Amino acid sequence: MGTSQQPLLNVRNLRVTLRNGLEIVRGVDFVAEAGKVLGIVGESGSGKSIMMRAAMGLSPSLSTVTGSIRLRGEELVGAHERRMQKLRGSKIGLVFQDPMSALNPVITIGKLIAEAVRLHNPDMSAAGVRRRTIELLDLVAVPQPELRANQYVHEFSGGMRQRVMIAMAIANNPEVLIADEPTTALDVTVQAQILEVLKNLQTRFSIGLILITHDLGVVAGTADTVVVMYAGKVMESGAVRDIFYRSRHPYTRGLLSCLPTISGNRSRLEPISGSPPLLSARPVGCPFHPRCSMAQNTCRSEEPKLRQVDDVLTACHFAESLRGVATGQWTSRAEHA
Amino acid sequence: MSMVLGAKAQGKPKITLRPVLIAGLLIVGFWIVVALTIDVWTVYDPLKLVARKLQPPSFEHWLGTDALGRDVMTRTLYGARYSIAISMIVVVCSVAFGSLVGAMAGFFGGWTDSVLMRLVDITLSFPPVLLAMAVAASLGPGLQNTAIAVIAVWWPVYARLMRGQVLDVISRDHIEAARAGGASSYRLLTKHILPLSWTPTIISATMDFGQVVLLAASLSFIGLGAQPPSPEWGSMISDGAAHFYSWWIAFGPGVAILSLGLGFNFIGDALRDILDPREL
Amino acid sequence: MTQYVFRRLISMPLLLLGVATMAFFLSHFTQADPLSALVSERQMGNPEVVAAAKQRWGLDRSMPEQYAIYVKNLVTGDLGVSFRTRRPVLTDIAERLPATLELVIFAMLFGTTSGIVLGVVASRFHDRPADYAARFFALFGSTVPVFWSGLLLLYLFTVKFGLIPGPGRLDARADQPPFVTGMFTLDALLSGQFGTFLDALHHLVLPAFVLGWSVTGIISRLVRASMLDVLGQDYILAARAKGAGEARTLLRHALPNAMIPTLTIVGYSFAYLITGAVLTEAVFAWPGIGSYAVDSARTLDYPAIIGVSLIGATAFLLTNLVTDVAYAYANPRIKLG
Repeated sequence: MGTSQQPLLNVRNLRVTLRNGLEIVRGVDFVAEAGKVLGIVGESGSGKSIMMRAAMGLSPSLSTVTGSIRLRGEELVGAHERRMQKLRGSKIGLVFQDPMSALNPVITIGKLIAEAVRLHNPDMSAAGVRRRTIELLDLVAVPQPELRANQYVHEFSGGMRQRVMIAMAIANNPEVLIADEPTTALDVTVQAQILEVLKNLQTRFSIGLILITHDLGVVAGTADTVVVMYAGKVMESGAVRDIFYRSRHPYTRGLLSCLPTISGNRSRLEPISGSPPLLSARPVGCPFHPRCSMAQNTCRSEEPKLRQVDDVLTACHFAESLRGVATGQWTSRAEHA
Repeated sequence: MSMVLGAKAQGKPKITLRPVLIAGLLIVGFWIVVALTIDVWTVYDPLKLVARKLQPPSFEHWLGTDALGRDVMTRTLYGARYSIAISMIVVVCSVAFGSLVGAMAGFFGGWTDSVLMRLVDITLSFPPVLLAMAVAASLGPGLQNTAIAVIAVWWPVYARLMRGQVLDVISRDHIEAARAGGASSYRLLTKHILPLSWTPTIISATMDFGQVVLLAASLSFIGLGAQPPSPEWGSMISDGAAHFYSWWIAFGPGVAILSLGLGFNFIGDALRDILDPREL
Repeated sequence: MTQYVFRRLISMPLLLLGVATMAFFLSHFTQADPLSALVSERQMGNPEVVAAAKQRWGLDRSMPEQYAIYVKNLVTGDLGVSFRTRRPVLTDIAERLPATLELVIFAMLFGTTSGIVLGVVASRFHDRPADYAARFFALFGSTVPVFWSGLLLLYLFTVKFGLIPGPGRLDARADQPPFVTGMFTLDALLSGQFGTFLDALHHLVLPAFVLGWSVTGIISRLVRASMLDVLGQDYILAARAKGAGEARTLLRHALPNAMIPTLTIVGYSFAYLITGAVLTEAVFAWPGIGSYAVDSARTLDYPAIIGVSLIGATAFLLTNLVTDVAYAYANPRIKLG
């Protein structure tokens, strides 16, 4: 296996099934490249979080994972738990949505970060671990790191907590950093700062960042490529520009029309009606058809395959007829704030 | 994420706990049937001397004979009458009295609440067996007094439970609506609040049956409960302690107390799962 | 926090007064005649003897007077004189306290340790055979009458297996270690009598096991429930995502959090232990407060019963206080005001 030619993270036909037979993730393909940002976008329940946890071998014990996830060519699906333990926290880092609940309330921040360091550097001296801890807090711009290291999570503000979470995730210079809705639980004003921290670290250490979000706005200013998921499937994927300007899928377009434009043209804000289907009651045909304004009979009977249409991969029977609709000028949340 | 949890909850059928419920019902049912019908089919008289004393278990006497030559098996089966009767009386009275006090405290609040709840606090400050012993000792030995002693220990538990429930229910909107609609206090309490407050009490009471059997037997073991020659489980074990080398005297009654305790616990556990899915 | 402890300490005497009042009225509003315990049956017909006895024990005074005397004496630490032993109740109790304390401490150690272990095992193997086994063992312990299990185990281990010496605290021929705390194991160690220490420990094992087992269930039930709750938290997932192994995740990240609610139950299980101690001591001929209480109850020696109840209630209230303070200490989020 030539490691350098292999893509950083190569996911093929990934399926996650609960023990009771319900499929959460239904055959997903994507590639994450080193030093690039991949945005995975979808409403809550689209399976995107579960999918990334599966990649880390953290899927709930009630589920089974099939397909292939290769990290620099190494197969992770079905890998030995001890091997996964080695990879978690060293090669792959994970940032959670809500740092308040993801940081152990009875352990000081310093010890939490130090643990992440020590788990993968058992021979490092106590002083070395301490130094690295402070350095990490410094990297994510937590002021007074020596002092803050001795505090508990409840003594931190939301934004600071997420910085700590990021420091913990990058403690061992991971190649892949998965950020699962890293800004959703935060105040709008703080969201941009956290995105900036992530983006800076990603560029500086040339990390492959996977940004999971329900908000296309988060992706716009940060991601290089975008995967749009719905009901456990990829609806559309492509370079961020192509997705934003040349989308060929009504679902992506629906998401886009939820974003505010820089021209402030409010009439464009038209949220998608309805809500994602329940796991137990997924529609036949295109999973999106009950909410799609363009749905035809074909959509109700036949599930569209992902195919190349112009610049993007899309899963819509009528991708071609969507060509003409321009989507306007989008701005990212980050630039906004 | 929430979908996953939802699916998990759907996927976990409640039926998994039913075998425990059935086991509990079988055990408790067995003892109730024994208590009700033992007179009809008993082989020996529980009070008569039927064999040589201190005989180990044999075909004629499955659990041996005691220090006087009475059949331990027969006495154990007869013991169900005392234990079941006393636990019924104690639980019913404690629930009735405790719930009344708790409901009043919760409903009226203010001074009534303070006074009643301090009384509850004080009673609950005593380690249960010491209080029961003090009460039983001051009332004098006897089964009736044992029952009173155990009630004296047990009612505050239900008072607290019911007060909490009433306070919880009372704060809900539809109670406010009923109050605004001009319902009287009494009507409010009996028609609107109490029916919604019973669940935890029922679960707790079921679980407590076993503990009550245990406490009553403890008092008899000490010598404050049922008096000889009554075939009561606690006092039978006390007999067994006096004849240490004849282990079979105590064996049967102990198994009986244990099985009844487990049975009630199984039922209580299952009830909680059915009525109140919060796990603890 | 100091303020909170202080407030709790102030309310203690009031509660204790309530406890004493209750105990006093209990034994006075009943038909049981303490005289029958003082005066032999033959002398009951002799008015002089009866009057002398009444005067000696203050039984000729009116109820409020007796109560006033009792409370006044209580404040000065005088619990009255036992009808049975004719010695001050406080002296009797003080003499027997170390034996009970020793038993209860060892039982508590066993009960909490086994309860925590079983609770963790049960939660780790949730809804699997190990869970059922651990739960059944715990339930068994809290349902089985200690005066029965103690009896049978004593018979089994002394008569059948000869593994354990008979009842009592020490071998009948052995000398007691020099008095320091009154707890034989500790005293023997302090004075360097290793043989005596082993003998005392040997005598202690079975009663401590029987008694401790009765609280195993209370503790394991709560540990299991709170572990299950904690194991579903994001910070457990975060620990795994760092590369922490199973044992580390359970013991370092989950258990300390699960112990916080568990601490509150320790106070309650202490009350349970006192209850069990009374019966355990009766079976094992353990010369502690429990067997004193049993003997007093049998002879309707109410000063002694009230004395023991008061001591028991005091111990219980104090334990609750300590528990609450420990709770505040263990949970960094709570600062009791």
